[in-house]
Order: sequence, then structure tokens, then C-alpha cells
Amino acid sequence: MISADIQTVLPEIVLALFAMAALLGVVYGGKDRLAGRLTSLTGLVLALIALWIAYTGEGTRTAFGGSFNDDGFARFAKVTVLLSAAAVLLMSRDYMQRRGLLRFEYPVLVALSVVGMMVMVSAGDLMVLYMGLELQSLALYVIAALRRDSAKSTEAGLKYFVLGALSSGLLLYGASLTYGFAGTTLFSGIIEAASDDISLGLLFGLVFLISGVAFKVSAAPFHMWTPDVYEGSPTPVTAFFATAPKVAAMALFARIIHDAFGGIVGEWQQIIAFLSVLSMFLGAVAAIGQTNIKRLMAYSSIAHMGFALMGLAAGSVLGVQAMLIYMAIYVTMNIGTFAFILSMEKDGRPVVEISALNMYSKREPLRALAMLVLLFSLAGVPPMVGFFGKFYVLRAAYDAGLAWLAVAGVIASVIGAYYYLRIVFVMYFGKESEALDGAMPVFQWLMLMGSAAAMVVGVVNLFGIEPLAAAAAATLVN
Amino acid sequence: MVEIILFAPLIGAIVAGFGWRIIGEPAAQWLTTGILFLACLLSWVVFLGHDGVTEHITVLRWIESGSLSADWAIRLDRLTAIMLIVVTTVSALVHLYSVGYMAHDDHFGEANYKARFFAYLSFFTFAMLMLVTADNLVQMFFGWEGVGVASYLLIGFYYRKPSANAAAIKAFVVNRVGDFGFALGIFGLFYLVDSVRLDDIFAAAPALAETQLHFLWADWNAANLLAFLLFVGAMGKSAQLFLHTWLPDAMEGPTPVSALIHAATMVTAGVFLVCRMSPLLEFAPQTKTFIIYIGASTAFFAATVGLVQNDIKRVIAYSTCSQLGYMFVAAGSGVYGAAMFHLFTHAFFKAMLFLGAGSVIHAMHHEQDMRNYGGLRTKIPYTFWAMMIGTLAITGVGIPLTTIGFAGFLSKDAIIESAYVANGYGFWLLVAAAAMTSFYSWRLIFMTFYGKPRGDHHTHDHAHESPAVMLVPLGVLSLGAIFAGMLWYQPFFGDHHKVQTFFGIEAAEEEHAASEGFSLVAPAHAEGTATNAEGTATEPAAAEGEGHAEAQMPGQGAIFMAADNTVMDDAHHAPDWVKVSPFVAMVLGFLLAYQMYIRRPDWPARLAANQRPLYLFLLNKWYFDEIYDFIFVRPAKALGRLLWKRGDGNVIDGTINGVAMRLVPAITRLAGRVQSGYVFHYAFSMVVGIGLLLTWVVLMGGAN
Repeated sequence: MISADIQTVLPEIVLALFAMAALLGVVYGGKDRLAGRLTSLTGLVLALIALWIAYTGEGTRTAFGGSFNDDGFARFAKVTVLLSAAAVLLMSRDYMQRRGLLRFEYPVLVALSVVGMMVMVSAGDLMVLYMGLELQSLALYVIAALRRDSAKSTEAGLKYFVLGALSSGLLLYGASLTYGFAGTTLFSGIIEAASDDISLGLLFGLVFLISGVAFKVSAAPFHMWTPDVYEGSPTPVTAFFATAPKVAAMALFARIIHDAFGGIVGEWQQIIAFLSVLSMFLGAVAAIGQTNIKRLMAYSSIAHMGFALMGLAAGSVLGVQAMLIYMAIYVTMNIGTFAFILSMEKDGRPVVEISALNMYSKREPLRALAMLVLLFSLAGVPPMVGFFGKFYVLRAAYDAGLAWLAVAGVIASVIGAYYYLRIVFVMYFGKESEALDGAMPVFQWLMLMGSAAAMVVGVVNLFGIEPLAAAAAATLVN
Repeated sequence: MVEIILFAPLIGAIVAGFGWRIIGEPAAQWLTTGILFLACLLSWVVFLGHDGVTEHITVLRWIESGSLSADWAIRLDRLTAIMLIVVTTVSALVHLYSVGYMAHDDHFGEANYKARFFAYLSFFTFAMLMLVTADNLVQMFFGWEGVGVASYLLIGFYYRKPSANAAAIKAFVVNRVGDFGFALGIFGLFYLVDSVRLDDIFAAAPALAETQLHFLWADWNAANLLAFLLFVGAMGKSAQLFLHTWLPDAMEGPTPVSALIHAATMVTAGVFLVCRMSPLLEFAPQTKTFIIYIGASTAFFAATVGLVQNDIKRVIAYSTCSQLGYMFVAAGSGVYGAAMFHLFTHAFFKAMLFLGAGSVIHAMHHEQDMRNYGGLRTKIPYTFWAMMIGTLAITGVGIPLTTIGFAGFLSKDAIIESAYVANGYGFWLLVAAAAMTSFYSWRLIFMTFYGKPRGDHHTHDHAHESPAVMLVPLGVLSLGAIFAGMLWYQPFFGDHHKVQTFFGIEAAEEEHAASEGFSLVAPAHAEGTATNAEGTATEPAAAEGEGHAEAQMPGQGAIFMAADNTVMDDAHHAPDWVKVSPFVAMVLGFLLAYQMYIRRPDWPARLAANQRPLYLFLLNKWYFDEIYDFIFVRPAKALGRLLWKRGDGNVIDGTINGVAMRLVPAITRLAGRVQSGYVFHYAFSMVVGIGLLLTWVVLMGGAN
């Protein structure tokens, strides 16, 4: 029995053991001198585990009495998380090394947070859920404050920690309410209790749970930490925040509302639709005033989470599928965009002002073009892949009878297009100004170009993720 | 063979239009001209060899959508054959003529444009052939719109002239009104018959006469309504009264275009359509009456306006308008043979008049005002004689009570006799119009070729005869203007049996009898009385079988005349005074013109001064343009301006700008202020958020 359980959680165990071994190894070994190599190694291990999960996992298995699921949905989310974390690690090594930021804790913490994420998306029990969530969060609090000598970075870490603690409190409160009214922490038990005649206490529990997770996906009005933390953290960390944890939290979101509360779609549909529409509009409108590209990306990610939530609000297989596709596309776009932001520096110092990109196209036409493709895709301009992500969620919402939400989404994306296109405008038609440094490390260049190319080439069949996402969604919603 | 006739001009158009840079301008001109002559030759072969039996030639499958099925098919019957020779003959001659006419055209300076002109001409020919060979209404509509486009392009050929552009747009827009009716007619037919194929529609015509159709505010007889809608389309294309305003303005195009499109071919498409739909029309008596009234009024109205115009091309343009009215009167009377006959002869002499006018204009260095002509008889003798023949033809010179005369004499008299039988209003207006036709045609001749040279004497000194390429078409057309009437009088109108054979009615009957045996024809005689007594026509074959030996099913043969339609035969037995009346009218018109422009050239001016209001009324074309401007154009412009400035500018742009430049930045600033950086603010927002959500779920009350 226990060996079957172990078998099921083997990828998580392997990654956790690797993280701990790496920690011991570098503490007693070369400390920060080995950090560079360890970063690359960790990236590689993450990618290998992703491949392992992608190619060997099949069927639906549960472990530890139903508190841990290994199903298609979890695997889809895990592969996305692992690959995006690996990509961020690989492209951040150079940046952090040159700034003297590369401490050996960084890759270890990333690996541990990824373990937390993997547990989150597989959770079948409120306690497992919380365990994964906290493992992830604690690791993220620390790496947000990775630059200990920078006031901004420590402020970001502290803010994140305090607010994260608050959200954890909300989540725990919701979990205890749910337990109190359902009599179990197992999702399979909760879904039986939460049927047509739901008690108010259980409903409160649901709302608190949703609020706690909404903080993690930075959905409005639980988004306030996002811009400050994105701005304050070192850019590679920001890139990480914007990708893997978002996927994990969004998958966890889907898991809670479908596995535990799938019987009362009507109850949470309105809540999620509300969060969605608020996030889309806030992300779109607030980003307009930004001059800092990292803050801008923070609002951009808030808006994108709004769109992903639109898929969830549909409450259908199609909706979950749309959300998964959307997140996969979102992560790809963000990796490319952050690869570009990482390369923005002047005289060896990082620059994050949008105005620094004035007439960028003249000096670096290829990179400007790649960035243009990515920004168009982020804005959802056809025929870029980003358009299809939006298309899927809009269709899911429409099919679920949420036409008003789809219309609101379209309006929000029109407003949002403004600030993406403004960057394009600056790059192509801006004023002449001082040039950025020309060099771009090879991994960043590869990520930028690969991501941009994917946005164009993916139009053909979205690299086949559509049927995968459909299968994954089918295992979650039944 | 018909396929070659049909598609050769298209190929010519494509090669000349896109390939002239490779093959050169002269080659493009001569290539298109050569292709048209080939098509013309083949058309005559088809026409003379045609035995009247309707053939269907499917070219390709075109539209398959639900029950809508339209093949790209050629319907070859007598109507098509007639139109084939009319279109290709005039088109070929106009191509040839244009080689000479455009050689000295200096509207564009040195620019290359001749190939474009020939490409348009050939494209027009293709579209027109498409129209006349169509086997279903959708295909016909394609050709219909194709000629509309070609007409637009050619009227606006001198696109640097604002007046040419305005005229082109006017032609296009006015035609849209008619096309709207045509399209509605097609929709209605498809709605009721569930097919756009002509055969199916003709077969269903008797049933349509029994059907009521709700349209706009009332129930209508389906056959009448649909025939009326189709006729609205014909009114637009054939410039009938109320939709005629574009035709005179279309004279802005080069003169060969006027000859080809706005005299001989395209404008007769409406007449062709009405004749083509004769099986439907025969079941729509009210519409037929309406057609007579419109046609006769147009003939009269256009003739009155033609009396006072001074631009040589406008005179002929109004004359065209008027002659088209004649054709419609014939069609409305149910004598489709006579309508087609006049269409046929008119194509020759009107094309010739236009080409002759073009030759005069060419000689006079693009001077078009007849007041500046005079005494050109000796300077351009060939043109003079050609114009003379054309005038003799259009005014209808011939020997009364015989069938000897110029083309127009026979066809016009046929129409007037038919109109006498069918409708008194039509008859008297047409006779009056004949007198006026004679007057303005002779006025044109006298002002241009007789009297003393007026206007710029320098121009007169340099007046010269046109080159041979322009004179040859005139010669060929004058043969047609002289002999076409006498040669084909009998099959078109004169002899009952020849008409039957010519239009394939008898052939169809034999076929019909052979296939159906006695089952339909024989009982028809027996049941005829009973059916008639009940006063119903549920069994059309039976009803027709009673009165006439030559009972015909709708859709068999090129034209269809119902059993009770004996107008043509009655017209043959019209009183002699009726038959002589157009001749008398013609002579009166001639004498008056002779008196006013040869013997007493001072009379016109004095008359105009005496009868000033009447003169201005006619000169301004009954103020149709002004009235339309007041009723339609100005309100439309005002509405457009309202929607543009108020609707689009203030409301839509205003809303967008307001949202984009005020509301959104305001929210942005607000969001920026909320993002204060204080942790307790952020925590507060989260608490407010969860409070809202909890309130929401409690209020929505899903829980117990």
C-alpha cells in the first residue's frame, strides 16, 4: 500500500530530495561559488522531471487515502510549472551572476517552491492543499527578498509575507469552516456534503477558500501586493512569480471548485465571474499609467488572470480546458517578455523604464520585432497565439451563458491593448534617446526568439496542447 | 461555339487589361477588336443556324447551397440568338471605330490608357453576353451587375473630369434603385418557386398567378408583384421614366461607349429581361398595363425634352430613352416579337447615329454644341450620309401600308399598331412621340449639316473627314439600318406562323405533343368548356387549349404568348388610318423642322422667347434632376451629415474619446492612488473584497 503511494508521489519526492541534497552539498561545498552551476543543474533537473511526468504518467491514481491525486489535470499543470520554472532559472543565471545576486539558496528555494506547487495541483485534501501552498509561499517570500541589501527588495518580501500570511489565514479559516460543516477535509467527502442543499457555513468556507487562492493568483481585489512585489523583487524573481506560481495557483483554484465544490457550480460561478471581470478591468486600466515595465507586467498578469478566471467561471469542461490553454500560452508569452526585460540594461545596470526603449527598433530590429510579436500576442491581436487563448475562454464563457462576461472581456482587452501597443509605439516611433546596451546572453535570446516564434507558428495547431488540455480538463470535471 | 462567343471577350479583356505592358498598346487594341469580330462572326452563324429549339449548355456548376442550385449554363434560344448578334455586331464595330476615335483623344495627354479602354469595352461585352445567355436569374443578375460595373467604369473613363465622375456615380446609384427591385424579384421567385432556373420559374408561372404574396403592407397577386419588381430592375437599366436621369448624364463617357452601352446594348437589357420573363408577364395583366403606361410616358417625355437640347449627344440620348419606351410599350402589349424587333433595328440605327455623332465631334475637335455646327455637309460627306440614313431609319421613312422602308419604319409601326390594339393611351402618346422624334432628328441634321457655319470658324476650317476605321463601321451599320427591318419583318412580327417558327413556339409544341401524347392536348378540348365555365385556370394547358390550336406551355419557345393574347394578330388587322398615322406624324415633324431650321432659322429663337416657361421646362428636362435633388439627394445628404457629425462625431467618437481620454485615465489615477504602498491599505482592500463576496453570496441566497 505505502509503496504504491510512494510510487504516485515519486516525482515530488525526487525533486524534494534533490533540493535538500543540493542544499547540503553547497553548504558544505563551495557555497555561492557553485551557485551558477547549481542554477543550471536545477533547471535541467526540473526539465527532466517535466519530461518524466509527461512521458510516463498515465491514468488516474490516488494516494494516501485520496488526499493526493495523480491525474491528467495535475500532470498538465505540473509539466507547465516545471518547464516554466526551468526556463526562468536558465535565463536568470547570467543576469544574477553579473549583479552578484546569485546565491546558492536561490535555485534551492525555487526547487522547493516547485515541490510545493506540484503538491498543490495534486491536492485531494484541504490539509495537503495547505501544505503545498505554504511550502510554495514560504519559498517565494524568501526569494522576493533575495536582495537583502536593497530596501525595495526587502520591502517587497515583507509585504508579500504579511499579506500572504493574511491570505493564508483566510484560507485556513475557510478550510476550518468547510471541515466544520462537511465533517471531512477530503475533497471527495466535501463534494458529497456540498450538494444542492448547501449550508451557509459551507458556503462561507468556500468564499474564504476562494479568497485565499485568489490572493495567490493575484485576482482583484486581492491583487494589491502584485505591483509592489513585482517591482521590488529582482527581475528574474519577478519572472518566476509571473509564471510558475500563477499556473499552480490557477490549477489549485480549478481543483477546489471542481473537485470539492463541483456540485454547486451556480454558487461560485457568480463569485468567480465577479473576480474575473474586476481583474480584467483593473489590470487593463491601471496598467495604462505605468512607466515601469515590471509594474506594467504586474498589471498585465492581473488582467490575464482575469481572463483565465473567465474560463473557470464557465464551470464546464470547456472552461477548464480553455483555462489550461490560456495559462500555457500566458506562461510562454511571459517567459519571452521577461527574457527581453532581463536584457534591458544601460552601462551594465538594469533599466526598467519604458521610455528607455525609444527607437529600439532602429538598433535591434530583430529583437524589437520579436517583442512586437509578443506584445501583440499579449494584447490578443489575431493571428498571434494570444488571440486564441482569449478566444477559447470567451467561447467557454459564452457557451456557459455568460455572454455579458465575454463582452466585458472583449472591452477590457481593447482597453488593455493600449498599453501593449504603447510599448510598440515607443520602440518603433518614439523619440531618439540614449541607447540600451546591445548585448544579450544566449539563453535570454533563445527564450525571447523561441517564445516569439511560438506565438506565430503556434497558430497552426497550438503545438497540440488543445487535445491535451481537453483530456486534462475531462479528468477534473465529470 | 457559344462558349467561345461568351468567353473570348473576357480573355481579350484580361489580356488587354493586364498584359498590355507586355504586348503593347496597339496589339492590345487590335487583339480585342479581332476577338470581337470572331465572336461576331460566330454569333451570326449561331443566329442563322438556330432552329428555334431551346438548348441548355452547362458550363460549370456554380452555386449549390441548400435548395438553391444555380449552374453556370447557357440558355440558347431565339431571344439569346438575337441578343448575341446585336451585342457582338455593335461591339465589334465599336471596337474598330474606337481604334480611330481614341487615336486623337487628348484627355490624358501622353498617358497610356487606350488598352484600358479596350479592356473595359471587352469586359462589358463579356458581361452583356453573360446576361443574355443566362439560364437562371442569379447568373443573369451577375451579368446585369457586370454591365453596371463596366458602364460605371466607362462613363467615368475620363476620371480626371469631375463631371464624368459625377455622371458615373449617378448612373451607378440610380441603377441600384432598379437593381434593388430586380433582386427583390429574384428573392421572391426563389421564395415561391424554390428555384432560380428560368425553366422552373416559367413552369410555375400559372401557379404564381393563383398565389397571394404578402409584401410590405398588403397581399398581392404573386405573378403581378414579381413581374412588377423585375420590371423595376428593367426600368433602372433601360432608363425608363423616374429612373431615367442617369442616361443623359452618361454621355460624359467617350462617344463609342455611348454607342455601345447607352444606346445599342446595355440599356436594352431591360427590354430583354421583360421579353425573357414573358411567361411570367403573361400571367400578370396589371403589370403589363403598368409597363405600357411607363413606356409610353417615357417615349413622350424623352421626345419632348429632345426637342430643345443643344448638345448633339444629349439629343440622341433622349432619343434612345424615348425609343426604349416604344419597346416597353410593345412588351407591355404582349407583342414581345415587336419589342425585340425594335430592339434589333434600333441597335443598328442608334449605334450608327452615335458613331456618326462621334465622327462629327471628332471632326469638330470635341465640340458638342450643335449651335456651333452648321454647313458640315460638304466637309464630312460620308458622315453626313451615314447620319442621314440613320435619321431616315429612326424617323421611320417607308412606304405606308407596305413592308418597304427603313428599319425603324417597320419596327416602330409594328409597335404603334400593337399599342392601338392594347391601349389607347399608349397609342396616342407614341404617335405624338413619333412626330417629335421626326422633328428633333431632322433638327439635328439641319443644325449640323445645313445652313451657314456657326461658332469658331477656325474649327470649321479644320473640320475633316474621319479615318477609314471609323467610316467602315458606319457603312456596315447603315446596311443594317436600311435592310434589317425589311429582311426580318415577317419572323419578328408580320406573319403569325413565321413568328411561331422563329421563336421556337411551334417546335416546342411539337416536342410537347410528342412527349405528352394526347393526354394533355386532347382532353384540353373536351374539358375546355367546363374549365371555362368555372372561371378558373387551374389547368393552364386546358384553358389555353380551348381557344387556340397552338396552345403553348409557359417556358417553351423563346417567348410566350398566352392563348387569350391575340394582340399581335389584331394589330395586323388594325384600321388603315392607324397604320398610316405614324407616317403622317413623321411627315409633320419633318415639315416643321424644315420650316424652322431651313426656311426660317429665326423662328426657334422667337418661339423660345414667346413660350419661355415651356422652353425652360423642356430645356431643364421637366426639372426631374432638381426635384430628385430636393426630394432625395438633399435629405439623404442632410441625414448623412447628421449621422456623420452628430451620430458618428459627437455620439460615437465622443463616447469613445470620453471613455478613452477622460474616464479611463481617471480610473487609472484612482487605481494609482489606491496603490499607496501601505500594507494596511492592501490588507484593507482584501478584507473589503471578502466582505463583498460574503455579502453577495448571502444576498443571492443559494444557501439555507
